[in-house]
Amino acid sequence: MKIYLPLDSAAVALGADEIAEAILSQAQARGVSVDLVRNGSRGMVWLEPLVEVVTEAGRLAFGPMTLADVPALFGDLSEHPKALGLTEDLPWLRTQTRLTFARVGVIDPHSLADYEAQGGLAGLRRALTMDRAAIVAEVTASGLRGRGGAGFPTGIKWKTVSEAKADRKYIVCNADEGDSATFADRMLMEGDPFTLIEGMVIAGLACGATKGFVYIRSEYPVAVRVMQEAIAIARAEGVLGNVLGSGQIFDMEVRVGAGAYVCGEETSLLNSLEGKRGVVRAKPPLPALQGFMGKPTVVNNVISLASIPVIFEKGAELYKSFGLGRSRGTIPLQIAGNVKHGGLYEIAFGLTLGEIVDGIAGGTASGCPVKAVQVGGPLGAYFPRSLFGTPFGYEEFAGKDGLIGHAGLTVFDDSADMLAQARFAMEFCAIESCGKCTPCRIGAVRGVETVDRIAKGDASAIPLLTDLCATMKAGSLCALGGFTPYPVLSALTHFPDDFNRMKEAAE
Amino acid sequence: MLDSATTVARVEDILSHHQGMEGALLPILHAIQAEFGHVPQVALPVVAKALNISGAEAHGVMSFYHDFREAPAGRHVLKLCRAEACQAVGADRVAAHARKVLGLDWHETSKDGAVTLEPIFCLGLCACGPAAIVDGKLVGRVDEAKIDALIGALS
Repeated sequence: MKIYLPLDSAAVALGADEIAEAILSQAQARGVSVDLVRNGSRGMVWLEPLVEVVTEAGRLAFGPMTLADVPALFGDLSEHPKALGLTEDLPWLRTQTRLTFARVGVIDPHSLADYEAQGGLAGLRRALTMDRAAIVAEVTASGLRGRGGAGFPTGIKWKTVSEAKADRKYIVCNADEGDSATFADRMLMEGDPFTLIEGMVIAGLACGATKGFVYIRSEYPVAVRVMQEAIAIARAEGVLGNVLGSGQIFDMEVRVGAGAYVCGEETSLLNSLEGKRGVVRAKPPLPALQGFMGKPTVVNNVISLASIPVIFEKGAELYKSFGLGRSRGTIPLQIAGNVKHGGLYEIAFGLTLGEIVDGIAGGTASGCPVKAVQVGGPLGAYFPRSLFGTPFGYEEFAGKDGLIGHAGLTVFDDSADMLAQARFAMEFCAIESCGKCTPCRIGAVRGVETVDRIAKGDASAIPLLTDLCATMKAGSLCALGGFTPYPVLSALTHFPDDFNRMKEAAE
Repeated sequence: MLDSATTVARVEDILSHHQGMEGALLPILHAIQAEFGHVPQVALPVVAKALNISGAEAHGVMSFYHDFREAPAGRHVLKLCRAEACQAVGADRVAAHARKVLGLDWHETSKDGAVTLEPIFCLGLCACGPAAIVDGKLVGRVDEAKIDALIGALS
């Protein structure tokens, strides 16, 4: 009997390890031999822990599993109280376009044979037949843009590094996924680590780099473990080192962050990787020319790099055929907060915010009306219902004074206090500021004080807050100070009533 | 409490495992904290000398990152997520409950040394919040009852 049960952090946080123990002890007691595979998550977090039993008809899903539901797995499966039917027929999965996440939740993350059987390494084998310029051209043709949030064209970044002259170059994967509501990097690394490895090897071939680093935040212990194990397997199997016997060299290692949000900013990450304080660097010089140890360095997000293998396996044209406007390909939406159906949903760019929140997410978990959706993490704007027609794309969200960031969405119901959310944005910026530039370091502290004045009914502090935000936006070196005004100003603009309460109470 | 000679000997052993590594300071500090539960003051000059940086620089790096401790934590560490996705499902309310039950504010350790309470900003469990991590074990959908059970199990 073959059973799949996720090792994914979300599944584990909901009791997957205890379910695994119970399955094994039940099997032993009944004398049944069970092959229990700990895989990635299918992304339906409200159904975790989700158990899949392999049958002749396909993989049958059961969830959310409790310990009491385990014994019935050994009986008539059609009678199981948590039976959901065939996994691949579940509407959440059927309606997605899974390119980057095609294998996550499907394969054993540590089986290179599973990986190859599902199309893995095909992209790398094709890239090995191409020269550097052709590899870069393929990435450029795919229209792939940085999935970390900035949306910079990946092909152009690679071209700069590829054409730079240096004795050493590096590929750095930014896996410091600190934005609340985002967990795509984590899920990818836990569920299909070889995809990230393959993407980084291809980046190495394209740029002439022989060494890569994955900088993973310390808050992701499972991802750190799975990546380290996968790298060891890839090295033993000849994917890393002398790449598939081609004579081209690439190796990589995991580095663990130490709890600094700002290290998700690429220059701060590079300083951290060098063993320094995670302080932001002024640009120029660009990391593409002077990055890690002053050498030309590609710094790409996990999802950007993990989208590379499928682009080479299926071709840039296919990837580019998805999406809208200048947002090409697919995007793994991460639906979080107060939602009925939370999790990861990969789809072409272009769905409206309303289709995502009311449709896919099914509205709030509390059953109360949606008040606001924060898109793009702690530095993203709060969107009211009146902007639910906005299509999901880089330019489309920028046009509404927002950003898609790393594509995380936090849904709030009508109990949310938007003044408190604005205050939190400033407080978070003050805690996490690296301290290099004044608008961020001092501005965030003054921001908290100013919001507190507004909360006490001092309406004259509102223009001061707006002015402070303008200074932070224009005067900060990086996105931490520069984008904190997005959540603050969007809360103020779209939910002015929440900033007037005290005055009303006084009247 | 270890005497400083023992501490220094163990730090030197850790350093010997990181020779030739590019940008080795964070991995070294992680290894030291894993060994001692914090980064002892006497360790920093030893590390600084080995890496050919100033003591001030080593201290500057250590104190920049939230993870590194100057003093040992309690026997158990309870970290509660304070980020937005968890706020949307009641993290502030749950945190207030935990602080009241423990009689601790953020970053404080109980007098008997049993529990340290810390905030954390995102565990990537944003679709099953409020999230917590207790001595390295992840917990999702934390409510007041779960807090009571978690705290009750710590001693």
